[in-house]
Amino acid sequence: MIEVKNLSKNFGDKKAVDNISFRAERGEILGFLGPNGAGKSTTMNILTGYISATDGQALIDGVDILEEPLKAKAKIGYLPEQPPLYLDMTVKDYLCFIYDLKKCKLPRNTHLEEICRLVKIENVFNRIIKNLSKGYKQRVGLAQALVGNPPVLILDEPTVGLDPKQIIEIRTLIKKLGKNHTVILSSHILSEVQAVCDKVVVINQGKIVADDTTDNLSKSLSADHKLTARVEGPRDEVLRTIKGISGVESVAADMEREKGVWEYNIEATEGIDIRRELFKRIAARNWCILGLKSSELSLEDIFLKLTMGESVDTFMNKKAKSLDTIESEGLN
Amino acid sequence: MGAIFRREVNSYFTSPIGYIYLAAFYACAGLFFGLTALQYGSTDLSTVFSMLFFVLMVLIPILTMRTLSEDKKNKTDQCLLTAPISLASLVLGKFFAAFLIYCMGVAITVVYAVVLSAFSQLEWMLIIGNVVGLVLVGSAYIAVGIFVSSLTENQVVSAVVSFVIMVALYLINAIAAVIPVDIIQKILRSLSFSERYNPFTYGVFDFSNALFFISAAVIFIYLTIRVLEKRRWA
Repeated sequence: MIEVKNLSKNFGDKKAVDNISFRAERGEILGFLGPNGAGKSTTMNILTGYISATDGQALIDGVDILEEPLKAKAKIGYLPEQPPLYLDMTVKDYLCFIYDLKKCKLPRNTHLEEICRLVKIENVFNRIIKNLSKGYKQRVGLAQALVGNPPVLILDEPTVGLDPKQIIEIRTLIKKLGKNHTVILSSHILSEVQAVCDKVVVINQGKIVADDTTDNLSKSLSADHKLTARVEGPRDEVLRTIKGISGVESVAADMEREKGVWEYNIEATEGIDIRRELFKRIAARNWCILGLKSSELSLEDIFLKLTMGESVDTFMNKKAKSLDTIESEGLN
Repeated sequence: MGAIFRREVNSYFTSPIGYIYLAAFYACAGLFFGLTALQYGSTDLSTVFSMLFFVLMVLIPILTMRTLSEDKKNKTDQCLLTAPISLASLVLGKFFAAFLIYCMGVAITVVYAVVLSAFSQLEWMLIIGNVVGLVLVGSAYIAVGIFVSSLTENQVVSAVVSFVIMVALYLINAIAAVIPVDIIQKILRSLSFSERYNPFTYGVFDFSNALFFISAAVIFIYLTIRVLEKRRWA
């Protein structure tokens, strides 16, 4: 459905997108994950024909976006990072304009009503876009992308600026749309991609660092060896007991969460699961584990792990050190 | 093209620009009409038309300043450029919208002619020639204005630069007069908007002059399309 082959884009000397390839099939939701400035929006702008690629090819349903732009563009609904809204128009006029612009053939009023119901903007249908809140503007932007019912939806950070309830609604909507559309959405929020997408492409500094299904990615990146445990019991003795488990590399008590209950951050050797042993030892001493979870990797962790193979702690330490030197140099 | 044309025409009247342009145009035209034809009891409108030339050099930049610059600034160009329409129909839609508003201003001169015709015999061919001339020179200037607005995100810059270019195109024969080389003088003179426009106000309809303004409009519309095309490749 969407196929990207060896796509590159240079802005002057800077390589914004560097030789990336991936594909998304019909009925698939592809997550585009990366930090700010990774090249997500650039890739999406190329896919939609807003800018051209320096090198490589982007095919929408087998149609090259550069060679037959009008045919390819007709298949795409695009929500850019900043929704392209004419602020001085009413929602109704704006959507009618988009309807005409996309040369839609569907029955106009019922089609627009349906979209408004879908993204929940019926109550602002006759208001001027300028006066809407950011969340509503974002949803009008989404409505604009849905006009004409295009088979491919490209959504650049669709949930930015929405409140938690709206985020959940939009995610549900995207999931629903993903059943019979091809959806590409970008995000820098890992949990969002995990919640919505079937496949993830992780991109950093214009390069793909991972391309896999969401489950595989989180599996390969899971951090079973890093645990956070809440244990009821005397602090120092608990620390000693945990240290005694083979495979534990470090353990530190965090803070007293409840009376007599401390939280401990445990790091074991990678690949060794210490959870069962931990439970047994604590239980043997008649203390209680009140909570145990493996520390999930944050997006920062994943990037550092995928791109540099180091953990956030080491990275942070390095940064802190370099800041110290800068500071002391500054003082001297 | 139709969708963009309709939206643009509407936006001239949802923003104050359309009203300001029309009010200013009607006020100036009314002033010249009152000072010449009415005061001296003459049916000669040629002064009105030649004065309106100066007015449109000020007013057309206002009409065209936001055409493409606003889209770029508000990022609405992302929705226009990713829609299944060609760049030519995008630019032409905007051009014809500005052109329509411009013609609404020019139409007032026809009203004056009709008013005058109630009192005496008019030379209608002269009036029609003048109106056609004004419409043609306006279309060329609108194309210039749209071209400039495609180059910048800033409406003020767009308006000022288009004004400067329009004045330059108007005064090009004055520059020509001080250049001693004969051939350059000839070329510059033939590019001068004022030398091309003045025959219309004398009642001389020279087809080559009409063609000149039409070609100027076409060239600047083409350049605008190239600018948009180039931005994709930048």
